[in-house]
Amino acid sequence: MTAIIALSLFGISNLFLGFWFPRKTIQMVTLLFLVVSMALTVSDWNHELLWFGNMFRTTNTSINFSLIIQLAAFFVVAFSKAFGQDDEHTHPAEYYAIMLFSVVGAILMVSFDHMIVLFVGLEILSVAMYVLTGSDKRNLRSNEAAIKYFLMGSFTTGILLFGITLVYGATHSFYISNIGTILTNTAPESMPSFLFIGVLLIIVGLLFKVSAAPFHFWTPDVYEGAPTIFTMFMSTIVKTASFAALFHLVSGIFGSLYTVWVLPVYFISMLTLVVGNISAVYQQSVKRMLAFSSISHAGYLLLTVSSKQISTTSSILYYSLSYTLATVVAFAVLILVSEYQSARVEKPENFSSFEGLAKNNPGLALCFTISMLSLAGIPLTAGFWGKFFIFSDTFSRNIIYPVILAILMSAVGIYYYFKGIIAVYLKAGEIEKIEVPVLFKMALWACTLGTIILGVYPSLVKSVF
Amino acid sequence: MSLLFILFFPLVIGAILLVAKPKQAFAISLIASIIELVATAFVLKDAAAAENGLVFTKPWIEEAGISFSLWVDGVNGILIGLCALMVPFIVATTANSDKANNAQYQGLMLAMQTALMGAFLAKDAFLFYFFFEASLLPIYFLAAIYGGENKNAITFKFFVYTLFGSLFLLIGLIYVYLVTPGSHSSDIETLYQTAIMLPERIQGNLFLAFFIAFAIKMPIFPFHTWQPDTYTVAPTQATMLLSGIMLKMGTYGLIRLVLPMFPLGMITWGNTAIILSVIGIIYGSIIAIQQKDAKRLLAYSSFAHVGLMSAGILSQSTEGIQGALYQMLSHGINIVGLFFIIEIIERRTKSREIAQLGGITQYSYVLTVAFVILSLGSVALPLTNGFIGEFLLLKSVFDHDMILGIVAGITIILGAVYTLRLIQKTMFGNFSRITKDFEDVSSAEKWVLIPLCVLVIVGGVYPTWILNFTEPGVQALVSLLK
Repeated sequence: MTAIIALSLFGISNLFLGFWFPRKTIQMVTLLFLVVSMALTVSDWNHELLWFGNMFRTTNTSINFSLIIQLAAFFVVAFSKAFGQDDEHTHPAEYYAIMLFSVVGAILMVSFDHMIVLFVGLEILSVAMYVLTGSDKRNLRSNEAAIKYFLMGSFTTGILLFGITLVYGATHSFYISNIGTILTNTAPESMPSFLFIGVLLIIVGLLFKVSAAPFHFWTPDVYEGAPTIFTMFMSTIVKTASFAALFHLVSGIFGSLYTVWVLPVYFISMLTLVVGNISAVYQQSVKRMLAFSSISHAGYLLLTVSSKQISTTSSILYYSLSYTLATVVAFAVLILVSEYQSARVEKPENFSSFEGLAKNNPGLALCFTISMLSLAGIPLTAGFWGKFFIFSDTFSRNIIYPVILAILMSAVGIYYYFKGIIAVYLKAGEIEKIEVPVLFKMALWACTLGTIILGVYPSLVKSVF
Repeated sequence: MSLLFILFFPLVIGAILLVAKPKQAFAISLIASIIELVATAFVLKDAAAAENGLVFTKPWIEEAGISFSLWVDGVNGILIGLCALMVPFIVATTANSDKANNAQYQGLMLAMQTALMGAFLAKDAFLFYFFFEASLLPIYFLAAIYGGENKNAITFKFFVYTLFGSLFLLIGLIYVYLVTPGSHSSDIETLYQTAIMLPERIQGNLFLAFFIAFAIKMPIFPFHTWQPDTYTVAPTQATMLLSGIMLKMGTYGLIRLVLPMFPLGMITWGNTAIILSVIGIIYGSIIAIQQKDAKRLLAYSSFAHVGLMSAGILSQSTEGIQGALYQMLSHGINIVGLFFIIEIIERRTKSREIAQLGGITQYSYVLTVAFVILSLGSVALPLTNGFIGEFLLLKSVFDHDMILGIVAGITIILGAVYTLRLIQKTMFGNFSRITKDFEDVSSAEKWVLIPLCVLVIVGGVYPTWILNFTEPGVQALVSLLK
């Protein structure tokens, strides 16, 4: 919990560090900050506590989610290279500071015990993301993406806020625990009907953020327009945080209103699976493909949402972790390749610019392949167990057809992930040796190794979750 | 521990080859595969001596009741033996070729061996599934990187098709696993006890899910469309791995998982499955007769053979399972030898077109003799290894249903037609432009061909010790079915 205070202070001090130090120093310092905040987060382990006038609760689940978020932020910072052409005009310190602030928002979203904290956390996270999305100031696509994201995002926040208001109107409380008690102790018939609308609006608001279909239309454009490093941030941290919040609400206090939201959630989950996977098949751009892949992964996660089983929490955590590790690697290799190709080809983010990568860059090719395999859910990688735990959890509640659909869709997923592998290994192309900074390389191999270790010995983290 | 050694040793050496890329990749790979063979021989000796086979168990994912457990009994002992026996030969077939000292190629082959060994050794259903799917990765890269014309599309189809099939297996396994009592367990023996208690309708659906997965792997008609293309386009060693060992994962899965788990499902769907298998036998044979490409012909012959194995297994009799196990071993030996002969011819003539070949016997007597012996093994002539298995299999199908038995019996005639035609058109007759001055087999090639021929004869003359080895395991399995 102290992590939030520390991270905010770190963010502010980052702003000042920018006056004196070059980007690389600030990057190292930010990494150090994140390590410290992770240590502070861990120190709350096994102490279930309420903070800030009972508005903020740390549980082991919330600590795990915060750790995944901070780990993702750690890797994003490690993968960040010079923003734009040169460091001087791009104010790197501010970007690092904004990233730290948005991590604060994300942590609030995974540990709230009060509706307003959820709202504030979401806003801190989102406003930071709007800025980062538009940070490539001279790029029209980046500007467009920022506007799109901002309009969609604020609209979403409005929906969420409206939902919160309605729930407050019905229960007279913002506190999660109070709302929970009231909802379980009151018969559904005696509740005002606007409560149900409120619940659905809150769910829809969060579904916007996890980019579930049919609320996903902003995702591909925003992901494509934003600088890749911030796309990486968005697709891991924003997703994990929003998902944790959704899960916290739906499986916690709205659990007693199961009948109200379960059908919409399943419908949305199946729609998301179909839309995400089928659209990804048609993408020529790796970045857009990863955007649709992140939509489809939201679909898998949504399958598990409606459960109150203890094992589901650990499945979601495991899935988020495996997805995060694989996604950051995919985006990191994309950064390197598109940077290399940007001077050579018209569309540096397309599959075609990956062709022949394995020849002179076997390490990068291997990392990229393993991340694709993990996203596709092939054994030996963490993604396989992620899918496995999710499917078996959902199956154990006798939800059979959505799982069969999900399994079929994961076969579709193989198609587009393998397009990347085929381009890397089997297509002829000329890519010279790409220079990779040491820190970047270490982070790349750390994630790849993590994916493999979790794929071979999932108990390592499963026993903690 | 010895089980762990034979499981991971090839992977360790393979990983060293892949990472360090040493110059003497061929020697390292060959020696490693021979060490593996010797170690496996000792393991099998221990397993034969032990009453209930060997078992090794370590917790793996304790929270989910999934353990890392391996076993060897009469049923999988044959397949482990086959895998350990054939890989040295497959490695040796690369001798003096451009792939001999290609560390990546050799490394992938050894990694493949671990995946295959793992699938055969696994005592935990999810461990089995893990290796069952993981084996696709090395074979995919072998075929896709080193394959022939149009390799990208064909190997990709192979990957997606087989993976799609195994997803059905995953659904089925998860279903049965969730029915297991307590905090769930995926031990195969626990799954046996759980699955047989399930009602008939569910068993039927699960049978279908499992059967489709294994049918695609083997493949059984009508799930075979990936197979001829993949076998043809893949480099010879990958084809050998695929047809010699990997397709046995499908038949092994039928024996190990499907039969004991879904006896009621067998009642509903078993006959359909046998009929599909028998259709595959005839269909594969007829298409094989018309093939112009020798490698493709062997691919279809493999398809026909595996159909008979599947039919025998699904007849649920001791003879059927014994015969299938024996035939898996013989088919592995024969098909690897035959693919190697086609590879030898292709190396020298740059062609596999049957019509363009002929008269090779005038230049290479050894090759002709080896080809004839291996083919006769494949045709199942008495005194060759193919006869024992095929005889038992046909008997079991015949006992199950006389008409199906007669139809399946036609395979012997059809098999003779396409195999003898292949020999006649390639080895005998007048030499053609490209087979003129055919270079005789080298000593490295003889070192593969002659031992394989000896195995064909030995397997045909003295089958008892193999059958004795499998008997207790098969008896235990069949007793589960009653």
